Amino acid sequence: MTRFEQELKNNVFVSSFCTRCDKHVWPPSDMCNSCFGNIIWKPVVRIAKLIEFSRKGDEIFGIVEFEGSIRVMAKIAAASDLQIGQMLNLIECNYDEKAKFVLAPIV
Amino acid sequence: MRRVGIVSSGLAEFSKNDSTIESLMLSSIKPIFDDVSNLSQDEVDVVLTSTNSDNKYLSNVVSELSGISPKVSHSVESLCNSGTNGIVSAYSYIASGLADIALVVGAEKSDSPGLVLEWDVSRGQYKHPIYWASMFASAHMRKFGTTMEDIAYVGVQNHKNAIDNPFAYFKKTFSLDDIIQSKSLTDNLRLLDCSMPCDGAASILLASEDVIKKFTDNPVWISGIGQQSISAGFTKNEDLTCMKSNIQSSHQAYEMAKKTPDDIDVAELHDAFSICEIIELEDLGFVKPGLGSSYVKNLYENDDKKINPRGGLIGCGHPLGATGIAQTIEIFQQLQGSAKKRQVDGAKTGLVHNMSAAATSSTVLILES
Repeated sequence: MTRFEQELKNNVFVSSFCTRCDKHVWPPSDMCNSCFGNIIWKPVVRIAKLIEFSRKGDEIFGIVEFEGSIRVMAKIAAASDLQIGQMLNLIECNYDEKAKFVLAPIV
Repeated sequence: MRRVGIVSSGLAEFSKNDSTIESLMLSSIKPIFDDVSNLSQDEVDVVLTSTNSDNKYLSNVVSELSGISPKVSHSVESLCNSGTNGIVSAYSYIASGLADIALVVGAEKSDSPGLVLEWDVSRGQYKHPIYWASMFASAHMRKFGTTMEDIAYVGVQNHKNAIDNPFAYFKKTFSLDDIIQSKSLTDNLRLLDCSMPCDGAASILLASEDVIKKFTDNPVWISGIGQQSISAGFTKNEDLTCMKSNIQSSHQAYEMAKKTPDDIDVAELHDAFSICEIIELEDLGFVKPGLGSSYVKNLYENDDKKINPRGGLIGCGHPLGATGIAQTIEIFQQLQGSAKKRQVDGAKTGLVHNMSAAATSSTVLILES
């Protein structure tokens, strides 16, 4: 299991970060995709912007963007009137063969 | 660079059966040797297999089973556009002078490991392709007012076209109402908006301008190639109303062939999902952004087969490694004037569009008679 997956399993969302280039490297990698230097694992701020969404049955899923660059597909919970661009909280993340992200509107 | 042309092609019916991938491949190679009577196995310099299967050393296995001892033999894997990637590789071997004759063979089984890109953690728990397609549909509907009825016309039209294709998986037409009433998978995607994984194989024989006249009096030339990868992770395509790799690869192909979208008489587009065809029509310059759905409706109302005359992925099924080659074979036949009931009258210039993994990479070929 990778460091990314281990942290996710503990409800901690980390991304690879290059201190030389001062940027997140996403999806996670052991090297920076600009300078090929070593990365550190840096916690991601748990607030994201809603980019797009749809529904499958009662479940809402969508694309959210963390820190202006890290986009993931996530479950959107406890939402009734979603607006593109609104800010959401990461309320849960996990890893069980797949990464899992759950966000909810900031109240 | 030398010109490269298409000599002949072969297909194995798209279906679900117990055949091995090697057997499927052989079934699509045989028609080429039947068709080109003066072609001997000794003359084939390159054999490339395009597939997502886990079979090892497959191109050499298939070469041996076909009685070919090629100079160059390897597999090409790039998920759903493996087939056109194989053709581009074969083109390069011939154009550079490393080879004169190349056989490209694509095949897939319906349970292919290529159906999901496990690596892409940015997809979270939503690994199945319906989820990325649903994101594009949401964005297109939000920006351009595209409706579920608009999207349904893609399936109606492509299933109608597939009826005239004896190699297609689907053997029946579907009404607009059939599509609209089909099982809802997401808010903006129904079962009949999706292409179906299936078994299938397709082979194509390419040759240099120096030798092609020995084998055919009616070659079709590959005059434009565009290929662009944006990423492997789905979420790098920032504007979800378009597919960036489509735009870039089509610009490359048009420039190489010195053509514009107005020059294209017939095209095969990668309709993995109905919304994809609508967006591709816009990305490839057939219509302005936002007008893809009205273009499709016009095709249907005028019984116009210009787009996806073989039935697209939705009508034919989608055996990943075979798809791009089957698309190219359709345009080859259209430009030779041998597409029978599917024939677009007077087609001289055609386009093939084949893409992978939520349009993170795309290939565009332009062919001319």
